[in-house]
Amino acid sequence: MSDYQYDNQTVKGFILSSIFWGVVGIVVGLLLSIQMWSPSHNFPPFFTFGRLRVVHTNGLAFGLGIGAIFGISYYILMRLTKRPLLFPKLARFHLHLFNVAIALAAVSLFAGMNQSLEYAELEWPLDIGVVILWVIFAVNVFGTIIKRKEEQMYISLWYIIATVVAVAVLYIVNNLSIPAGLFKSYHLFAGVNSANVEWWYGHNAVGFIFTTPILAMFYYFLPKSTGMPIYSHRLSIIAFWSLTFGYLWTGAHHLVYTPLPDWIQTLAIVFTIFLIAPSWGSVVNGFYTVGADWSKMRTNYLTKFFIWGIAFYGLQTVQGPTQALRVVSQLIHYTDWVPGHVHMGTMGWVTMTVAACIYYIIPKIYNTEIYSEKVANIHFWLVLIGQLMFSITMWITGIQQGAMWKAVNPDGTLKYTFMEVLSKNYPYWQLRTVAGLIFTVGMLFFIYNIHMTIRKGKALVAAKA
Amino acid sequence: MANSVLYKNPILFAVVVTVVVLIGTVVTLFYPMMTAEMHPKLEGLKPYTPLELAGKDVYQQEGCIGCHTQTVRPLKAEVLRYGEYSKAGEFAYDQPFLWGSKRTGPDLARIGGKYPDAWHQMHFEDPQSFFAESNMPKYGWLKNNKLNPSDVEAHMKALGFPYKPDEITALNGKSELDALVAYMQVIGTAVKKPAAQTE
Repeated sequence: MSDYQYDNQTVKGFILSSIFWGVVGIVVGLLLSIQMWSPSHNFPPFFTFGRLRVVHTNGLAFGLGIGAIFGISYYILMRLTKRPLLFPKLARFHLHLFNVAIALAAVSLFAGMNQSLEYAELEWPLDIGVVILWVIFAVNVFGTIIKRKEEQMYISLWYIIATVVAVAVLYIVNNLSIPAGLFKSYHLFAGVNSANVEWWYGHNAVGFIFTTPILAMFYYFLPKSTGMPIYSHRLSIIAFWSLTFGYLWTGAHHLVYTPLPDWIQTLAIVFTIFLIAPSWGSVVNGFYTVGADWSKMRTNYLTKFFIWGIAFYGLQTVQGPTQALRVVSQLIHYTDWVPGHVHMGTMGWVTMTVAACIYYIIPKIYNTEIYSEKVANIHFWLVLIGQLMFSITMWITGIQQGAMWKAVNPDGTLKYTFMEVLSKNYPYWQLRTVAGLIFTVGMLFFIYNIHMTIRKGKALVAAKA
Repeated sequence: MANSVLYKNPILFAVVVTVVVLIGTVVTLFYPMMTAEMHPKLEGLKPYTPLELAGKDVYQQEGCIGCHTQTVRPLKAEVLRYGEYSKAGEFAYDQPFLWGSKRTGPDLARIGGKYPDAWHQMHFEDPQSFFAESNMPKYGWLKNNKLNPSDVEAHMKALGFPYKPDEITALNGKSELDALVAYMQVIGTAVKKPAAQTE
């Protein structure tokens, strides 16, 4: 086929590692969902809700998310530059360091080393490790692109470059802290300023971990797996620049009605509404791409992962901006609505897209076909049902919570105590556990399918040798 | 448009992307950081004592922000339920801020002074004995973790908070639970509050 070797081992290593950390994160998530309605399932000190929650979020954002991003970005990078990675040994070291870092991160969070900055909980020695990981990634990304054998840089490379740059800025600034011992530090910023920095980071971590690298995958693998070119190159250019420009203004929509200066909140809300446009630029591009031949939804099992994935991205990027509006925020902020929103993005958009990429990559590496399209379809329907049930349940209970918290009697006193509102959540929280179980079973089908494909591939390689 | 040199030169592309992401960052983050409105401090606000800071560290260690907020919004029902809405100047000594983002449990911005110490001790040990339907984990085990005074002193120094040597020696024998209760009692006390009408 070609006279050079792609470093498939590193790509595969990252993919399998990310699946492993994903399983850890999902299992922890299930236990958390049970603890919500059964406090006797807290096992102090390591398995209490407060400590486990950050293991869940970090395990999935950094273990599953970043692991998949590293591996799949390397895969895309080699194809779009038509050359191997510039530093393949460094990439291999990157993989090992990544797994060591995630393992240490999990241990430190179980031990209660927690900066209490959401999505930036890791203490300063691990922050330095994360920065090293990121620099290694950046060196290989830029080195490989500079030495590429293809003149144009395809859209996916733009999104990967934006990810590398933006995450570096965000992560370093928000993690600036005053060390107070080997495992303890204090944020360099205080009070409202600390809040502003944290949510500038927190929201853009969503933007540049759960959005731009996943769009890089989407723009590469959708045309690859359907054989249809992206609908509009011009639209993808407009969407790219307006997304990267608009995102960084919006963090303060997490701080609506807090003591943060009003003008920062308002500016954030305005730009959040603006972001609907570039987000839907990619949604429209995805739909119109497949729109050339909708029968692909039936005939090509990967198409529905990508199309439903981008559909959830579309829903996510309308729901999110709606939540930023003051009139909506006052009702749903701090309620279970918000985890419902987040999980549509992570379980719908991110996990579906990543899973589809892995379904594409693993058979390619072994020069074979997927083990079973039927199993992939069962996986698809289970995660779809699990995720919808999760999100819808949380939206309902969130609205109920918000409405009961603010309900007042005719004489102006509050209608419900906090406990009365909380006790109404239990049936929904129990349903959420069921939803999580359905999703988990779906993911087990996925893992089984990947495992069997690798086995099949290895047998083929052995037969040839 | 797509044929421009921008899409052929990765370094130029990275520089342009950096500028593009920094515009919003400068306006909404770096600029306000340099103004006084981002560094307000109420007159009555005092730095944490060693015991209170140790309690705040426990609050962070146990991930309390996962379920409790510390900011009362200026909304009618919220002020009725929790008390006076939060002021920007209350948080000058909070590094980081601990406003949280989810209320599985109630907001704690006005918890200081609301109940006696013994209430908190007993509630941490067994929340369900107070509220049968509460889903809060039990935290009585924090009693078994004794504070390390030299660690707390190092933390006070890192933050530049004033303290007397006997405040450090007084930490001997105190538990993480004692510290957490002391922290509960100081939260939000820089603001005079009218009594809340219900829980």
